[in-house]
Amino acid sequence: MIASQQAATSSFAVQMKGITKSFPGVFANDHVDFDVKHGEIHALLGENGAGKTTLMNILYGLYQPDEGEIYIDGEKVTINSPKDAIKLGIGMVHQLFRLIPSFTVTENIVLGLHSSKRPRLDLDVAEKKINELSKKYGLKVDPSAKVWQISVGEQQRVEIIKALYRGAKVLILDEPTSVLTPQEVKELTMILTKMAKDGLAVIPFVTHKLREVMAITDRVTVMRRGKVIATLETRNTNERDLASKMVGRTVFLETEKVEVTSHRPVLEVNDLRAINDKGLPALDGVSFSIAEGEVLGIAGVAGNGQTELAEVITGLRKATGGRILINGKDITNMPTRQIMEAGIGHAPEKRTEMGLVGDLSVRENLILTNYNDRSLATRYVLDRASIDRHVDKLIAEFGIMTPGKEAPVKLLSGGNLQRLILAREVTRKNLSVLVVVDPTRGLDIGATEFIRNSLVSLKKKGVAILLISGDLDEIFSLSDRIAVIFKGSIMGILAANEAKIDEIGLMMAGAGAQKQEVA
Amino acid sequence: MVRFGSFEMEFVKRGASPRYLAYLIPFVAVVVALLAGSVLLLVEGVDPLRAYEALFSSAFGTPYSLSESVVQATPLMLAALGTLITFKAGFWNIGAEGQLQMGALAATWATFVFAGYPPIVMIPCIMLFSFLGGGAWGMIPAIFKVKLGADEMLTTMMMNYVAILAVVYFVYGPWRDPSAYGNPRSPLLPLSSRLPVIPGTRIHLTVFVGLAIAVLLYVFLNRTKLGLEIRVIGANREAARYAGINVFKNILIVTLIGGGIAGLAGMGQVAGIFFSLPKSVSPGYGYTAIVVAWLARLNPLTIPVSAFLFGGLLNGGYGIQMAFAVPIALVNAIQALVLFFILALSIFYEYRVVFRWRS
Repeated sequence: MIASQQAATSSFAVQMKGITKSFPGVFANDHVDFDVKHGEIHALLGENGAGKTTLMNILYGLYQPDEGEIYIDGEKVTINSPKDAIKLGIGMVHQLFRLIPSFTVTENIVLGLHSSKRPRLDLDVAEKKINELSKKYGLKVDPSAKVWQISVGEQQRVEIIKALYRGAKVLILDEPTSVLTPQEVKELTMILTKMAKDGLAVIPFVTHKLREVMAITDRVTVMRRGKVIATLETRNTNERDLASKMVGRTVFLETEKVEVTSHRPVLEVNDLRAINDKGLPALDGVSFSIAEGEVLGIAGVAGNGQTELAEVITGLRKATGGRILINGKDITNMPTRQIMEAGIGHAPEKRTEMGLVGDLSVRENLILTNYNDRSLATRYVLDRASIDRHVDKLIAEFGIMTPGKEAPVKLLSGGNLQRLILAREVTRKNLSVLVVVDPTRGLDIGATEFIRNSLVSLKKKGVAILLISGDLDEIFSLSDRIAVIFKGSIMGILAANEAKIDEIGLMMAGAGAQKQEVA
Repeated sequence: MVRFGSFEMEFVKRGASPRYLAYLIPFVAVVVALLAGSVLLLVEGVDPLRAYEALFSSAFGTPYSLSESVVQATPLMLAALGTLITFKAGFWNIGAEGQLQMGALAATWATFVFAGYPPIVMIPCIMLFSFLGGGAWGMIPAIFKVKLGADEMLTTMMMNYVAILAVVYFVYGPWRDPSAYGNPRSPLLPLSSRLPVIPGTRIHLTVFVGLAIAVLLYVFLNRTKLGLEIRVIGANREAARYAGINVFKNILIVTLIGGGIAGLAGMGQVAGIFFSLPKSVSPGYGYTAIVVAWLARLNPLTIPVSAFLFGGLLNGGYGIQMAFAVPIALVNAIQALVLFFILALSIFYEYRVVFRWRS
């Protein structure tokens, strides 16, 4: 009896019991119990601010819990720093990779470790070990390649090897699929499954990729507002159930489909060319058009010209060739202010760096792109009374949670920041085109649902939407047509209801280009 | 986190920073700076308590000393207001000293041009000239910055030396008053250019001009479209571009206004204090103004208060210099300590410290 109980306990790689951690004004973790067995993939699911990052930061030694106990392989431990965590066999793969671009893969992996040939590096030995790990789990990497030369998916594999190289038995992965193409997601799934079979404990944490959670995991723990809502066997649950547990109410994951009725092109882009900040070609003859009430999704792996496309259309970057027309009017290389007045709204990729001014108030940020409007200001002076009315209306209509309209926006959460930007851009006078980049990246399900519905209602009003997004689910659920961009060229434009996700994935990797070359 | 045995100290990010901090932090900074300054005084062999007592009484002790503190505060206030508006646009202009000198030079020139006109014409004209002189001087680094990417901290500072030497050139050269013997200065200005004063004091019209500008700047920054654009540029230049704001034009406007206001400070010294252009118009008001602007947390309405405090410190500094024969550099050092502690303590606007004992 006792023996069997012991066996049961020792099969847990990690047990966290009654973990409590509070920050001023919030319980980030409120008596959280979480455990993961050897050989298990156990996802931690929750919206932003649900407490999953805090819990994993405690496990990784970045925070100390106020209360609660941590057991590793059944033994009680205190983890004071990531160094302790690594010693205990815990590894973490961050969402934003922490690699040095000018170093090789091997150099990045051994960085910070003691070498047996001190002071020289034993790169040969390291490379051998990396190749072993690589072969064992199917983690394809080239140890001698420089990190800047390799793809995002490969960088992630380097991060995983880096953790394994340090002897990780427990691997924490922060939003592992958010930056990957569909093919890379499949590969990652296979790698993680292999690692679990080999006895490793894997903890991915996820905000909204429910489909992938269903595909990969053995168990799921759902957190909400610092508490564990449920720990479930994956085979006993489904996406809809997980989503409603996360949010605390029933959610509709499907966005409403609205047919495009008009064929009048609002935005026309012809043979557009531009260079990036390094002076290299970023857009290489891009052409498309968007009709009234149509959503054109631009799919592609980050860094293939998406940023530059949004910037050239909104006047933030000069076109070196080609033309952009709005309602038939040529706006190519006009100043941003005039382009805005011609009817373009822009919800940029860099929300806090570009779309908002962190130190200024909610009120001022809500008029950032339309304070020139006759209804909000006279020729020189801001009209405070009508600005107040406008701002109050937007805060209420878009459900922006803020301590007040005088509060600096840097105090707002990510979801509220995006609501604020969208509220401002969507309600601009004579809006006929909205350029929106990664509108729901990093947002939780509630905010995502709201933002997507706002875009749909904008579409109903006849606004043409250029949706540039790294999230293929988003592209599929909102777009009428999907254009795939690769190395600054459009590989092809497909109707969303006929496109297959695999086909898009291959085009994102440049396969369309090869076909064209053959033809 | 910092740990000493079982004692822990951690900096924790605040949400909103409480209002009272805007008053508490500058106050604590001044107190700590005076404490640190007392070490310097001790090294000089002066009893800090007696020195600070002398400083305080010669700054604020009598109606006369109060009025003299206001006299010192006047150029500080204007130079600080001019500096403030450029800082608001994120243009790190430390050229108020040079702009002040050019304002003084232009005001002096105006008295020659408009000699013979009555004060009602003369005084607005010298104000306009000094504003344009300081403003033009302030705009030059802005053009370098936007067109060539030259760092404004360096260029504005280098422009100060040019301006100071320009004044020196004029008072030794073309404008030298031969009747002043060895004292290098311009001839005395026409009586019509002398600014009205509060009877019995040296407080001149410029202080009221400064107070009016403080209020105007507040309204300008907070209530006008241009003011909003300037604050957006200062807080996030990328967002300004995104919002279609013309950054170049606005920075030119801001440096013109800022330089112009600093130029008025020079006008005040020439037409309100010296009644001629002396070789040294300013003992570094333009540099102290940077401290004044930070102490006021870049709020135009609190600039008069912090300028008065520093005017008192300067005025009182002359007092202890005379009473204890300490070098004026010591007073400058105490001013620098105030800036140092304001900047160092600014971390508490964003963070608070938590102490803990761990068992």
